[in-house]
Amino acid sequence: MLTLRSLRAVLGGRPVLHGIDAVARAGRVTAIIGPNGSGKTTLLRAIAGDLPHSGSVAIDGAEVARLKPWDLAARRAVLPQATTLAFPFTVAEVVRLGLTAGPHAGRSELVEPALAEVDLPGFGPRLYQELSGGQQARVQLARVRVQVWDPVVAGRPCWLILDEPVAALDIAHQLAVMRVLRRYADAGGGVVMVLHDLNLAAMAADEVWLLHEGRLLAAGSPAEVIGGAELARAYGCPLTANRPAPPGATFVLPHALWAGAA
Amino acid sequence: MVALEATAVLPGDRSGAARRTTLILAVLLLAACLASLSHGATGVNPGRLLAAWWAGEPLAERDRLILWEIRLPRLLTGLFVGASLAVGGAVMQGLFRNPLADPGLVGVGAGAGLGAVTAIVLGGLAPAWVASLLGWHLVPVAAFAGGWISTLILYRISTRAGRTSVATMLLAGIALGALAGAATGVLVYLADDRQLRDLTFWGLGSLSGASWAKVTAAVPIMALALAAAPFLARGLNGLALGEAAAHHIGLPVQRVKAAAILTVAAATGAAVAIAGGIGFVGIVVPHLLRLACGPDHRFLLVNAGLLGAALLLMADLVARSIVAPAELPIGIVTAVLGAPVFLWILLRRRGVVDL
Repeated sequence: MLTLRSLRAVLGGRPVLHGIDAVARAGRVTAIIGPNGSGKTTLLRAIAGDLPHSGSVAIDGAEVARLKPWDLAARRAVLPQATTLAFPFTVAEVVRLGLTAGPHAGRSELVEPALAEVDLPGFGPRLYQELSGGQQARVQLARVRVQVWDPVVAGRPCWLILDEPVAALDIAHQLAVMRVLRRYADAGGGVVMVLHDLNLAAMAADEVWLLHEGRLLAAGSPAEVIGGAELARAYGCPLTANRPAPPGATFVLPHALWAGAA
Repeated sequence: MVALEATAVLPGDRSGAARRTTLILAVLLLAACLASLSHGATGVNPGRLLAAWWAGEPLAERDRLILWEIRLPRLLTGLFVGASLAVGGAVMQGLFRNPLADPGLVGVGAGAGLGAVTAIVLGGLAPAWVASLLGWHLVPVAAFAGGWISTLILYRISTRAGRTSVATMLLAGIALGALAGAATGVLVYLADDRQLRDLTFWGLGSLSGASWAKVTAAVPIMALALAAAPFLARGLNGLALGEAAAHHIGLPVQRVKAAAILTVAAATGAAVAIAGGIGFVGIVVPHLLRLACGPDHRFLLVNAGLLGAALLLMADLVARSIVAPAELPIGIVTAVLGAPVFLWILLRRRGVVDL
């Protein structure tokens, strides 16, 4: 269980999070949505243990701020919004960096299955810097996955903390990644991610947190939050869920994630 | 053997190639050491001497002097200075996540230079007890202190609330280097003719002044830095992903950075102190090794030490033989070899420079 209590954070002298209370449960996928500048990434960084904060962030009872980096790495893996790589590492070498610490440290045999999971089988020997942006994003996801490969270790759930994991991906790979996360949660792991795509959040998440100006405006099932009245207020534009499209409008709604379709 | 087989399991893992490179470099270094011992102004040959000693013949005093008092200190100096410059460069590049970062870039070299120049120009003004205590140690000790002080100032400036900003550190390093350069310029302006000649030779870098006294003063510090470097490998690999991601994968980032800075300061400060300004080893050696077997610091740091030492010993051989019986300052040789390689890196990877 990931527990936030009166979580406040200040960035550059400006308060960004104004007291957030929320609980994310292992075995469920939690999506954080909200307009630009609402504090989504800051919230994720606080959860990841990157950010000095007041209040409390606890992973399964352990205060994040007090855990050593290697203890933290055994409980959660983090995908930042953007990752740069300094030197010409191969894809396999990048993924293996996820095995620096944590429950599977040093288990290189996990690299291939993790690459296969993000649809990059056999990419190990390729140079990371020569891949496309979307491929690099999937390599980073594989790197994050190997760190907490088993969703439950010694009876304790592991957590994936992801900041816009599919922002650079095409729609097929977006859906594939969502399925990976769904399987992780179904096996007992915890998933907390920032998502921009409301449709994707509605399809993939069990629980949605709606952030607005550093406050939790709504939390609950996708039907409650994305279908609720606060959504339009938070984004400051007219939004209505579940209304039939105007006649003649072209739109794409991937159905693949609904139960049965996968 | 087990390790080599295990690497075959993971395609894209270059540790097998890196280990083979380590073996080759070790052999190369051994050859460079032997060549360095054998070659010199006199025809003393250690192989022949060894055979004579084995046969029970007494060693001629002249031969013993040449080997023990001249060539061996020079060999040790070249060995450790070369390894320290290359490893210092590799650690700094890992810390800054930039293949063009170099201890010279963040003011450590300039700080050490200021220390040395201060000692040369103002050494005569030092109290008598300082002069008698340090003697001609004064210049290397001052250079070493200058390198340490500039690193400490740099660290204080660029670290806030326990976090070091790489960008701030780079820019502060440039500013500190400029300040040290300006102070050095003032001192050069004040210097008299004899001091100017000393300054010129010190600035060009040379192994010719090697002696047991200098070796015992500087080699322990460099040996400590070289021994510490491999323990930084895991941390520097993680830092390649950025500071935040390095923390995410379980690394104590602040500790890794502090240890890396101390290692660089010790390696570079001591090397500059004992041999003066020898350029480009710290940039060229790690870059060549990354091309050959990848940027994994677990192998890069060890291989950089071996190649840096071998390269400097070979450069020293060139410096000693090209205008024999006189000799060129070794800094000229490394610059002639290194500067074109540096420009080539720059041309190949312009994107890296556009931070």
